[in-house]
Amino acid sequence: MSPSLTAGVLDPRGPVAANEYLLLQNATLVMLALIVPIIVLTLVFAWWFRAGNKRAKRKLDWNYSGALEVVNWMVPLMIILFLGGMGWVAAHALDPAKPLPAQSGQGEPLEIQVVSLDWKWLFIYPGAGVATVNHLVVPAGRVLHLQLTSGSVMNSFFVPQLGSQIYTMAGMTTTLYLQADHPGTFPGRSVQFSGDGFSDMRFDVDAVAPSDYEAWLARTRASGARLDATGYAALARPGTSAARDYLLAEPRLFNTVLAASMSPAPSSSH
Amino acid sequence: MLGKLDWSAIPTDQPIPLIAAGIVALFMLGVAVWITKRGWWTYLWKEWITSVDHKRIGVMYVLLALVMLMRGFVDALMMRSQQAIAVGAHQGFLPPEHYNQIFSAHGTIMIFFVGMTFMVGLMNFVVPLQIGARDVAFPTLNSVSFWLTASGVLLLNLSLVIGEFARTGWLVYPPLSELAYSPGVGVDYYLWAIQIAGVGTLLSGINLTATILKMRTVGMGYMRMPIFCWTALTANLLIIAAFPILTATLAMLTLDRYLGFHFFTNDFGGNAMMYINLIWAWGHPEVYILILPAFGVFSEVIATFSGKGIFAYRSMAAAALAICVLSFMVWLHHFFTMGASADVNGFFGVMTMIIAVPTGVKVFNWLWTLYGGSIRFSVPLMWALGFMVTFIIGGMTGVLLAIPPVDFITHNSLFLVAHFHNVIIGGVIFGAYAGYNYWFPKAFGFTLHEGWGRATFWCWLVGFYLAFMPLYLLGLMGATRRMQHYSEAGWQPLMIVALGGALCILAGIGCTIVQLFVSIRTREQRRDLTGDPWDGRSLEWATPSPPPPFNFATPVKVDGLDTFWETKRKGLTAPGLPELPAPSAIEVPERTGTGFFVAFFATGLGFGMVWHIWWMAIASLLGIVAVALKLAWRRVDETEVDGAAVAAFYAAQYATHAQEAA
Repeated sequence: MSPSLTAGVLDPRGPVAANEYLLLQNATLVMLALIVPIIVLTLVFAWWFRAGNKRAKRKLDWNYSGALEVVNWMVPLMIILFLGGMGWVAAHALDPAKPLPAQSGQGEPLEIQVVSLDWKWLFIYPGAGVATVNHLVVPAGRVLHLQLTSGSVMNSFFVPQLGSQIYTMAGMTTTLYLQADHPGTFPGRSVQFSGDGFSDMRFDVDAVAPSDYEAWLARTRASGARLDATGYAALARPGTSAARDYLLAEPRLFNTVLAASMSPAPSSSH
Repeated sequence: MLGKLDWSAIPTDQPIPLIAAGIVALFMLGVAVWITKRGWWTYLWKEWITSVDHKRIGVMYVLLALVMLMRGFVDALMMRSQQAIAVGAHQGFLPPEHYNQIFSAHGTIMIFFVGMTFMVGLMNFVVPLQIGARDVAFPTLNSVSFWLTASGVLLLNLSLVIGEFARTGWLVYPPLSELAYSPGVGVDYYLWAIQIAGVGTLLSGINLTATILKMRTVGMGYMRMPIFCWTALTANLLIIAAFPILTATLAMLTLDRYLGFHFFTNDFGGNAMMYINLIWAWGHPEVYILILPAFGVFSEVIATFSGKGIFAYRSMAAAALAICVLSFMVWLHHFFTMGASADVNGFFGVMTMIIAVPTGVKVFNWLWTLYGGSIRFSVPLMWALGFMVTFIIGGMTGVLLAIPPVDFITHNSLFLVAHFHNVIIGGVIFGAYAGYNYWFPKAFGFTLHEGWGRATFWCWLVGFYLAFMPLYLLGLMGATRRMQHYSEAGWQPLMIVALGGALCILAGIGCTIVQLFVSIRTREQRRDLTGDPWDGRSLEWATPSPPPPFNFATPVKVDGLDTFWETKRKGLTAPGLPELPAPSAIEVPERTGTGFFVAFFATGLGFGMVWHIWWMAIASLLGIVAVALKLAWRRVDETEVDGAAVAAFYAAQYATHAQEAA
């Protein structure tokens, strides 16, 4: 099996991932411009000034230069000012909670509620009345508005080809906007260690054409098993799971999960 | 009677830890038999175990760190082997409940008991010599610090065969580490081992800070201290400021687990993110506690082997201080992905990058120190050059991770794993090896074998690149950390390359052992009679090797940076070696078993608490109090080395000098 180097972060398939990958490349190039010369100079200086080299001009008493001192501080400072500015702007532009611009003809963002469990992912489509486990079907081109929490320990939701990961934490909701540009299947997983079944907390994101998405919804509503409070309790028990589709019989399930961990006293929420 | 402890605590179903423990037990038995046959127990007890000499304690710290390096590395090798085979349907040879303990133990051991322990050992050995002091400020406390660290090590290793270790990662994040999700004793072992060792570290930090602030010799103002003392000072200030946070945070988790508190639980108002904030408020300064002393080692090594003073001394000291302060303002970059606002993420991102400025200044100054020098490629310098080339790459990926949106796609991936191994191996471990090769002749009076030293260096350097460059790439391909198995067949080839790198590092560790062995066997040819084998610059080279218990016969007077080097250049007598030392009596601190016995009872306390054996915990606590009281009522604090003995010591030194000259 040959390694496929075009995968994950290296193969972005949505605007968030594409911008983040571009940022990674740009910042790397800026820094390489500084560190490659330093690495080369280190090796060249060390070799040229080796004790046995008769041609090298020694300056054994030279250990201060005001001009170089300025350069020493200013060069890293300038580069960091530049990268810091870039980071500050990017942190705002690519804030996970910042809504993505809606695509023309795609309508409102699709609301998806995400619950991490031991050790599986529950995805709730509150508007469509369906839910899935370890399997996320989304219309390509439409903005996804994810709200995430945990029914158990902390996990991190991440689809490398779509961009930005975010933690899921019990009693708290995090917000993430993503979008898949074109139809395709993109692997996702938990990237925050969560216990024995962690390695199996994987799911595929199937981005499909809007008409296929509607067809899938209809199929799931017609044939899917019902997910109610009892079903959720069974799902929440520790264990791994195959991908499954459900008809959502408990529309306020996400809030129930959230409230189960909610403190009696006011708690922070992001 | 024995709390939760019964025979089921022995993991009879897991052959690997039992076999490992068997080998260790046999090895220790062998060593014990050997020591008995040689009749060395009394010597060991009087000269090492109960010694309060900072040099002896420093050597024991380094030895402990080297032993734990082997343990931590075995864990690494198992992880790399597992990931090289556990693809698709293959589950590898380590089930999750075992694999999860291994990566948790690996991180805990490498940070606390290799990195920290090695650096504390080097500082302990070197700092008093460099500032011309007779010992540290509180010699008995120093012994207590060391033995408490050893107690933590013992507890952690006991978990291998009695019970289990944490399966939660090395920072035991709640809620996973809470009783609801981790009911076993693993997290408790972690908590007590780290608490006990942490107290030792805090005491050591106070001790070395007091030593540097109060015990510098005549004429040694702050701006005349060697750079290593500056970096040691900043590291120990960080210990004093950061370790109480660790102690308090772990104490809160302990209360959650033992007394049903809800600091960090999912329910009843607990907030796990509070733990994660607090643990990193300690954890980020911690990485600078590791790297700052290593920076100091490189400064000494580069200056010495270039035959030049360190370039821009004041900038080097200022940069270390800047890093010390800034390291407390960046902790949030360890969890940009918790969903904080863009302003918060942006602030911590920028603060993190700012640390790259003083670090960059240090790199430039090392570069200018090399420039115009007369460079000898001895083993310590090779480590320093390897560091300069390697660390800067880790610095670059660190700045990348500091950009919040880049962190969103690389956090918790193998890219992150590659980054922190890049800075910790390329910085701390390389620094430890440089310091070990550089100061070994000072400690023992003979140099380490150059050839095996070079072999060690090349194995580590090549092994590091082979093991971690693939991990950078794998991280970008979507591979995450702590996977017991994965289904992407495309990742396997790079995982196998990484295993090759780990094997290469294994060869490096093998060379380290051979180097030590060969050097001891051939020590008579390797004797350094001058006390100054590298043409050194600072005061530790002004006294014989190994230094006498009192370090310097008469107080050393310095009148600038590198006074020792200047006197050599002017052909004067070295300040530590007066022509005829005044044969006055010298007081040295009395040896004491306090540290050993405190640690003995601390281990009992930890073990009792882990297994809920309350009588044992209470008895051990009383034991610690009793040992402390006994020390408080001690009548004799110091032994006198009389003038005749001092004179005899120097006479012997001069005799060997004369012999060498002849």
